[in-house]
Amino acid sequence: MGNKQTVFTPEQLDAYQDNPFRERIAQVFSQDGDGNMTLDDFLDMFSVMSEMAPRDLKAYYAFKIYDFNNDDYICPLDLEKTMIKLTRGELTPEEVGLVCEKVINEADVDNDGKLSLDDFQNMILHAPDFLSTFHIRI
Amino acid sequence: MAPSTHWVYTIGNWRTLPSAMSRFPIPEHGVGWCLLCPLLSCADLVDGKRASRKPSPEAEATRDKPRSPSNRKKRTQESRREGKEGGSREIKASTPQRKNNVRRKQREVFGEEEWSKAEKPWNGKRKRDRKASHREQEEAKSKEKHIQRKKEKQLKKHSSSPSVPNSSDEESIAEEEMARIMEQVEEKKQVIATIRNKPWPMVKKLEVLREAQAFVEKFEGALGKGKGKKFYAYKMMMNKKWIKFKRDFNNFKTQCIPWEMKIKEIESHFGSSVASYFIFLRWMYGVNLVLFGLIFGLVIIPEVLMGMPYGSIPRKTIPRAEEEKAMDFSVLWDFEGYIKYSALFYGYYNNQRTIGWLKYRLPMAYFMVGVSVFGYSLMVVIRSMASNAQESTGEGNGDNFTFSFKMFTSWDYLIGNPETADNKYASITTSFKESIVDEQESNKEENIHLTRFLRVLANFLIICCLCGSGYLIYFVVKRSQEFSKMQNVSWYERNEVEIVMSLLGMFCPPLFETIAALENYHPRIGLKWQLGRIFALFLGNLYTFLLALMDDVHLKLANEEAIKNITHWTLFNYYNASMWNESVTRPPLHPADVPRGSCWETTVGIEFVRLTVSDILVTFITILLGDFLRACFVRFMNYCWCWDLEAGFPSYSEFDISGNVLGLIFNQGMIWMGSFYAPGLVGINVLRLLTSMYFQCWAVMSSNVPHERVFKASKSNNFYMGLLLLVLFLSLLPVAYTIMTLPPSFDCGPFSGKNRMYDVIQETIENDFPTFVSKIFGYIANPGLIIPAILLMALAIYYLNSVSKGLARANTQLRKKIQALREAEKTSKSIKANAAVKSLQDTFANNFKNMSQLQTTEEGNKSKSDHQNHPKKKEEGDTKNISSGRGMMLPASLCLAVTKPPGPRSGVAPPGKTQSQLQPPRSSPGRGKGNPGQ
Repeated sequence: MGNKQTVFTPEQLDAYQDNPFRERIAQVFSQDGDGNMTLDDFLDMFSVMSEMAPRDLKAYYAFKIYDFNNDDYICPLDLEKTMIKLTRGELTPEEVGLVCEKVINEADVDNDGKLSLDDFQNMILHAPDFLSTFHIRI
Repeated sequence: MAPSTHWVYTIGNWRTLPSAMSRFPIPEHGVGWCLLCPLLSCADLVDGKRASRKPSPEAEATRDKPRSPSNRKKRTQESRREGKEGGSREIKASTPQRKNNVRRKQREVFGEEEWSKAEKPWNGKRKRDRKASHREQEEAKSKEKHIQRKKEKQLKKHSSSPSVPNSSDEESIAEEEMARIMEQVEEKKQVIATIRNKPWPMVKKLEVLREAQAFVEKFEGALGKGKGKKFYAYKMMMNKKWIKFKRDFNNFKTQCIPWEMKIKEIESHFGSSVASYFIFLRWMYGVNLVLFGLIFGLVIIPEVLMGMPYGSIPRKTIPRAEEEKAMDFSVLWDFEGYIKYSALFYGYYNNQRTIGWLKYRLPMAYFMVGVSVFGYSLMVVIRSMASNAQESTGEGNGDNFTFSFKMFTSWDYLIGNPETADNKYASITTSFKESIVDEQESNKEENIHLTRFLRVLANFLIICCLCGSGYLIYFVVKRSQEFSKMQNVSWYERNEVEIVMSLLGMFCPPLFETIAALENYHPRIGLKWQLGRIFALFLGNLYTFLLALMDDVHLKLANEEAIKNITHWTLFNYYNASMWNESVTRPPLHPADVPRGSCWETTVGIEFVRLTVSDILVTFITILLGDFLRACFVRFMNYCWCWDLEAGFPSYSEFDISGNVLGLIFNQGMIWMGSFYAPGLVGINVLRLLTSMYFQCWAVMSSNVPHERVFKASKSNNFYMGLLLLVLFLSLLPVAYTIMTLPPSFDCGPFSGKNRMYDVIQETIENDFPTFVSKIFGYIANPGLIIPAILLMALAIYYLNSVSKGLARANTQLRKKIQALREAEKTSKSIKANAAVKSLQDTFANNFKNMSQLQTTEEGNKSKSDHQNHPKKKEEGDTKNISSGRGMMLPASLCLAVTKPPGPRSGVAPPGKTQSQLQPPRSSPGRGKGNPGQ
């Protein structure tokens, strides 16, 4: 915002190498699903990740990012993957299992043992800092 | 479900779907679905949304057909007509014909070409898959046209036979068409406006946008019937320009926010909590700038420009005794000498009612500015607190999603620094561990007596510390009063108070932290306690300081009478002496020689300025020594040291958010207290905030490391604001007290010669306003009026409070209702699923009965237990039978039964009951004899 920068310096690009979901983000926004982006995909990504994007849109793409196996549900396996990425595998499997179970317990409205988009959006609706953290600044 | 098609469908239409669905006339929809998708079970049929998610080409066709309510209306009209014509025709066949009927009429209105163009966007919108879309579209179109032609022929036959639509009917239809097109245009506009919110790929967005724009441009003019075209174009152009202007203006505004980039850089390195301090600092700078503008613009500049020049009257001249040293740096450093007799302090101002050619009423302005400084600050603080609270209530209430929030929203996508990312990973891990431990230990009991004892002990120790520091300050202030009477005091003795206060401020917080380790609180609660204790320490110190200062003031006031007499007599003698020889008119006594009072207001002002300046210095030196030098030492001595300095003991320092924020708050309190007696103090503070902004930004970026535990800034923000409000109120008290009760000095300041400072208002009212105003004021100031007013205010507060409580209660009740609704939804869903399963099982059961009866007749009693061992096989066989009999009904419900196992829903219906319902009533003798594992 307000920053008229058109060329990325290597440092700036490096700066985004720390996101644990960077590969997922690239995959979700690329059309071939492998993370190879066209210009349009890139534009898509930044239109979603900008501060102006509405909550629903962000939630929708966040859901896709966390849905690792692309089955339209965040199932316990996806949650485990998320956990491992977030904590760099520093928690024991029991702890990961406990957390996943808790998350499903909390957010699963229709009791099918996995989170659908509705569940996810309902949960995100209450999140206080989802909007403030789910965007990228350039 | 094939995931790929489902996926595509969800991408395309998940948002537009519900609205489209709501336009369906329900019965038709239901029947249509029955006919179109025999695979679906009844449960799915009732739940329209769910059913419609299943992708099928027919579904798409039906979905796109009904476009608008008016369309529906027309359709019902037509169906009525058709009903007359053909009696009860079956609904399925009627739908495409209606569609064609509508189309035909549209063609009549717009002509063939235009219509096909207008239809394009429809088709374009309908297609979900972009890559294959074009060819498909062409094919579909040609097919459609083909079918249309056929139908048209049919229709012509129909319409030529008995009932002929008359012309008025046509007109009304044309009007309806217009309305429909209008609606479509509106819809397209809506699409253009909300295209940003659609989860489509960019190519699709662009395409849809262009189509929508083309459509709107095409039909907007047609609807305006020519006369409004130009005006409309003008309006659109202005609208576009306005939007562009707004966007530019917003960009400009963000560019105008000072230090935005700096703060963002810090945010990306240190997370939002450290950035929140700098945002707070910036906010404070803004507030202080306004205060500075008020005071400088309305008090200092008028006095300097229009008041009596320096050296003209005693209060603006340095006394003879101090003249020699008045320019020494050591004197100036203590804000004595020239600085004391400058416009920075209260004593400099003259008590002339009006000054200059503007007849500016300076004393009045001085008083009003002093009041409005507090008024403005209160207003700003409360406003920002209210907005914060609104934000927090608007977004918060997620107590039941702790783990979900941690999992899905804890990663800060803004982080753009490996170190911060490492810390974020660590903090996420620790927070997960913490919540796991919380979860596990929520029922676990600890040795509660030991904890209680330790907490009481810790509080006792801390109270001792606070009392000790309070006494120390009191003692030091008393001693400094003695020192001030003596001559030849050393530098230490002169600055003892400031030094002791700074030292206390430096060493007590770590001490508190050590003691707080005894208490074993949760760190978040511990932080609040810590903040509260530091706050109490600072506050206690400040108030002790104030009390001591007040003693000093009272002492000076007691002496004032004597000095007043002396001054009076000196002047009297001087001028009487001049009476002796009339020939030489003696020049008036030089102002430097006139004996003066001590002017307690200036003394108070000087104390506050000194305190502020020493605070600034201590802060800066602490940063320089504690952060920068430490960082340099750790960085460069690490090459030649026995242990790893960076990871080991000294390491780099973290940014102390709570300490810095509290320091800022107390500094602001000092400014508020001191600004009445030292108008220049706000200027000093503005400079301080400006320099500390740059200095601290630099220090943070150069020599601090990000926190290991990052606590949420957004939540503690209002806590800081609350502290600020408290400090504001507490700093208002002493100022108000001095203004209301102490008489101003007789020979310095704008209120000299008056009994009380607020007399200036009375004076102005009496002299400058018509008499009735002063009468009104007299009535208003009557206690008989003030007390009821206060009572009324208290009542209003009580009323508003109870109203807000009631609203809050209503809010919670609504929330509960929503919760209950959700629960009900859950139950209904599962009941439906159960019912479906049950019906399925019933059919099974019937078949089973038949079969088992057959088998029993064939094989006798032995085989009963046998065939129960292979129920699955039988089931499969049955399924095949039924599916061949009833179409594709069963596989779908089977799938449903498999994907939604009724097990976890046992809480919904009594488990035993469901269980018994689910189990098919198999041959009763088998239950007794067969294996009980079933």
